[in-house]
Amino acid sequence: MSDSSLRVVWVYPDLLSTYGDQGNVLVVGRRAHQRGLNVDRIDVRSDQPVPTSGDIYLIGGGEDRPQRLAAERLVRDGGLQRAVDNGAIVFSVCAGYQILGHEFVNDQGERQPGLGLLDVTSVRGTGVRCVGDVLADMDEHLRLPQLTGFENHQGITHLGPTARPLARVRFGNGNGTGDGTEGAWNDTVFGTYMHGPVLARNPLIADLLLKLALDVNALPPVDDRWYEALRAERIAAATQPA
Amino acid sequence: MSGNSEPLSPRAKLAVSAGRAAAAVSRAAGRGSGSVIGGRVALKLDPDLLARLAGHLDVVLVSATNGKTTTTRLIAEALRSEPDDVVSNALGANMPAGITSALAGGSRARYGVIEVDEKYLSTVARDVTPKAIALLNLSRDQLDRAAETRMLAERWREGLAGTKALIVANADDPLVVWAASSSANVVWVAAGQEWKDDAWSCPSCGGVLQRPGDEWACGECGFRRPTPSWALSGDHVLDPHGSAWPIRLQLPGRANRANATTSAAVAAAFGVPPQTALERMFAVTAVAGRYDVVSYQGREVRLLLAKNPAGWLETFSLIDPPPAPVILSVNARGADGTDTSWLWDVDYGRLAGHPICVIGDRRLDLAVRLEVAGVDFQVCQTAEEAVRRCPPGRIEAIANYTAFQDLRRAVGN
Repeated sequence: MSDSSLRVVWVYPDLLSTYGDQGNVLVVGRRAHQRGLNVDRIDVRSDQPVPTSGDIYLIGGGEDRPQRLAAERLVRDGGLQRAVDNGAIVFSVCAGYQILGHEFVNDQGERQPGLGLLDVTSVRGTGVRCVGDVLADMDEHLRLPQLTGFENHQGITHLGPTARPLARVRFGNGNGTGDGTEGAWNDTVFGTYMHGPVLARNPLIADLLLKLALDVNALPPVDDRWYEALRAERIAAATQPA
Repeated sequence: MSGNSEPLSPRAKLAVSAGRAAAAVSRAAGRGSGSVIGGRVALKLDPDLLARLAGHLDVVLVSATNGKTTTTRLIAEALRSEPDDVVSNALGANMPAGITSALAGGSRARYGVIEVDEKYLSTVARDVTPKAIALLNLSRDQLDRAAETRMLAERWREGLAGTKALIVANADDPLVVWAASSSANVVWVAAGQEWKDDAWSCPSCGGVLQRPGDEWACGECGFRRPTPSWALSGDHVLDPHGSAWPIRLQLPGRANRANATTSAAVAAAFGVPPQTALERMFAVTAVAGRYDVVSYQGREVRLLLAKNPAGWLETFSLIDPPPAPVILSVNARGADGTDTSWLWDVDYGRLAGHPICVIGDRRLDLAVRLEVAGVDFQVCQTAEEAVRRCPPGRIEAIANYTAFQDLRRAVGN
């Protein structure tokens, strides 16, 4: 962690902030603040360079054209790759998740290169759009409770050998590959199809990002009463599809 | 007066009366106003009915993400010089079936003032050959089932290219400007738009928009805010001659003053001077329960509908300051959109200082949202409990679509 405050970088809210993605930024900031940390939130528009000295980078979902533009600009900028080389933590959602992979299919139907920060490749599904509540078991290595979220995408994301599935779905679609995987991660870079926003539904993932960024094993507890109540409600809802 | 002088064909007449019969059955069965079912039956019997009914009228279409029902009412009042000379879908049934039913409703009408769902604007504009189309704003709304916001603007643009209608469009919303600028005949209105987060990206080239003050322009392709001829300035309408006309409304808020400004510009196109138009608009009070103040349990509950981030933002700016208590209610049923992630686009930190009660199917989403905003709140099971926890006096109750209907029922509106 650089200096005395935690630097949380929100990448391209002008392009990738469609499904309440600001919520992930707010939850990380709030939970850091509750642990007595100073948080320096940096919103980076797509005409600005991505700072390379951030601690946690958050990238949201977006519509098809903004996704293409964001990938072009991030590849050209190069700041996010350098930040990951410096050990930064990255958490990405939906369109942002696809951009972190090797390639995805853009709004013009072309295969477009991503940042290659996650060993995944995305294509466009031909079936119905995946929309609805999701319930999944988190990768056991992460030692986290079940993942709850809301998905709304048509992408299919295949994992390569150096990416681990973030979770295995019980209800819902996740990566859309039919093998039950949802999202992907390596040591410092995470991707998911879950909106919700996902960190509001899964505050312990926000805490995981903080622990990785701070290089600590534990954080002081905070009052999670309302998060727990919301989780219980949404987990019950996911198991009873409408 | 044009009136409905030309008779409808026998088939169209049959369709209209069959539609009325279906509507009457629906009403008798307690299934709402019957306007949609009536329109559906009529359209099935005569698919060209919409065009035929509209052929007798000077039609104004109104579309937007927010404010279309209210603006439709304001324009209808501004144009009305005799009791029967305007037909309108005043209750917000804004898809082709509901519109057909509304147009079939009056035989002496001269004007049809019609609210149109954003997705149907191009279709309806083709069918009814409108004289004017008012475009207010476009922003994210129910993304789990609606088209992407920019795609809607693109569809408007394609649908309106070559139209003979006068387009009255908001110069302050880049998506609306993009949609309108394919038309030959546009009156630009500086109506404002507080919500900006769907238009940082140039609708034309994808460049980043620069927004100094009230202006906006793309740094790459030069697409920019057109010079408006009408403007909302505080609580006055500025007309193209530079005259300022006071806005007197019974409806609250900046957004409604913006709606009145657009309505005055539309009325002027039909020869109604701004002063007359604005005086007539004063007659509009609650619109389908919105802004109604209801006495309930010794409190005065003001009912405010806000369905999406832009709507919530405008609503926060019109409520009484703290310590006025606020009740928030959110559902996520089909008509609301089943994804609640939009709650995180709304700056609930602006409610700091208000006592807040949250209700509705998704009150726990609201609870987490407010917790993260660092704002105090109470979670209540029912509207009655929430009202009881508020001190006597005015309560601001803000709800999204089906939550608003629930709230109206709960307080006996």
